[in-house]
Amino acid sequence: MNVINEMKICFDSKSCNEAFARSAVSGFILQLDPTIAELSDIKTAVSEAVTNAIVHGYSNTIGDVHIKVQIIEGGKVIIQVKDKGVGIENIQQAMEPMFTTGGSERAGLGFAVMQSFMDKVKVTSKPGRGTTVTMEKYIMPRFSARDSI
Amino acid sequence: MYVQVILSQGELTAMLLGDIDHHTAREMRKEIDALIEKHHPTLLRLDYSAVQFMDSSGIGLIMGRYRLMRLIGGTVLVCNVPPHLKRLIDLSGIGSLGVLEYKGKEALK
Ligand SMILES: Nc1ncnc2c1ncn2[C@@H]1O[C@H](COP(=O)(O)OP(=O)(O)OP(=O)(O)O)[C@@H](O)[C@H]1O
Ligand SMILES: [Mg+2]
Repeated sequence: MNVINEMKICFDSKSCNEAFARSAVSGFILQLDPTIAELSDIKTAVSEAVTNAIVHGYSNTIGDVHIKVQIIEGGKVIIQVKDKGVGIENIQQAMEPMFTTGGSERAGLGFAVMQSFMDKVKVTSKPGRGTTVTMEKYIMPRFSARDSI
Repeated sequence: MYVQVILSQGELTAMLLGDIDHHTAREMRKEIDALIEKHHPTLLRLDYSAVQFMDSSGIGLIMGRYRLMRLIGGTVLVCNVPPHLKRLIDLSGIGSLGVLEYKGKEALK
């Protein structure tokens, strides 16, 4: 696995940073010349993971949200969203569609969206320590090697 | 400004503007709920035609308003969902609430 480019950002868990987070990631991904649909999938998944860190991870405090994006040779993108918040007791249950601890304004769809819009989603978490969501998506090269000669 | 509203004959139409995420959904909700509480409309129409981006907060916004409108004996219709939001709407299964209005058709039950 050859990482050809990488970026990291860290920001306050304030809801006004949700738009910043998804624009920053999509701005970095642009170098792969993704389609509008691919970019929109990634923005949506990042928005879900970042919102979860802000809403659930740091529900009563402001903490750091970390994002790392890696571009792998061949067009794979790996995005990691990490918080040091409350953590998740039962990850399997948390990832079930419609499961939410967020009350009546949350749909319980965040993880389902991440799983549907990205190729792979992995969640690691420890109660009291925090949560890391790692997502992968393969961005189709738009031009074959022959076209670019 | 996050919402543009029209109130006519007991029907409230709220056109949602821009991106819907957890941050903006909260502002939209405040504006819409204040109007619902004040005017008690029989129908709330949520117009998604000017929504460029949304995440699951856009679904939570519909579900929350659906509950609120049911409480006061009214209904919710979601209209003009642009093609780029269709996948998320389908994934959410929100259609089974009978709130989606398709062009030229009555709300699907
Ligand atoms: N970073 C996190 N820290 C702590 N708990 C989390 C975190 N992310 C998710 N969870 C837990 O997992 C549940 C499911 O998350 P998911 O994103 O699928 O739904 P939601 O956030 O509740 O609703 P929606 O995303 O539709 O607004 C959350 O309700 C919460 O209990
Ligand atoms: Mg969520």
